[in-house]
Amino acid sequence: MEGVSLRLPAGLENLEQFISFVSGQARQYGFDSLRLKEIELCTEEALVNIFNYAYSEKTGDVVLTCRGDGDKGFIIEICDYGEPFNINSIPTPEIDGDITDRKVGGLGIYFIHRLIDEVIYRREGDMNILTFIIYKKQSDT
Amino acid sequence: MEIDFRKEGRAQIASVKGRIDAVTAPEFEKKMLEVIEQGERTILINMSGLEYISSAGLRSILTIAKKLKAENGEVFFAALQGAVEEVFKISGFHSIFKVFDSEKSALEKI
Repeated sequence: MEGVSLRLPAGLENLEQFISFVSGQARQYGFDSLRLKEIELCTEEALVNIFNYAYSEKTGDVVLTCRGDGDKGFIIEICDYGEPFNINSIPTPEIDGDITDRKVGGLGIYFIHRLIDEVIYRREGDMNILTFIIYKKQSDT
Repeated sequence: MEIDFRKEGRAQIASVKGRIDAVTAPEFEKKMLEVIEQGERTILINMSGLEYISSAGLRSILTIAKKLKAENGEVFFAALQGAVEEVFKISGFHSIFKVFDSEKSALEKI
């Protein structure tokens, strides 16, 4: 995908840099501050899942690419070289229940599906490629 | 992420500023659990300065709440802003916890 990319080793030590990069690109595209936070949130949730699951047995890089697609939307592509990991296959968590029986597993992926307009996963060779498409709303300038 | 603690009546107020993400959540959780270890049982988390929370932060909050419940204590929340309030609503945390508009209104009720 054309656009602007950042490639760094997978790991929490690089999370802030990844998020700053995405946020800066999304700000240029014109999202408001609430939408920017939602984009940061979903990017963090995707990255942390990649760090924990795709790279649970080995280390490797993550390549983040951002591109504004005219009026259609803002596209974020997250690419890793880890084990196959399709976030679209993770079941929706139970969000009812009281403090005692409430669990938080799967919540990050739930946020992604709630807040990102299109979430596309594909496996290409030895890569997981996760694409977020975030529509431009009338209120975004 | 920064936390300032102060006591008001029986409530231990923790004012959290900045971001609770996968990097800072362990520190947030550790500091809150220390306060519980010291014997605090009514904790009010003032989130007026918190601009961002991810599922890692929610996981810490749940750990704190479970620990307090086991000790017959309770955690309350006040002054959620923007994206933090939205995350609380989407995750259902708004329903399982007592959330107040402001620190003042929380202190009147708890």
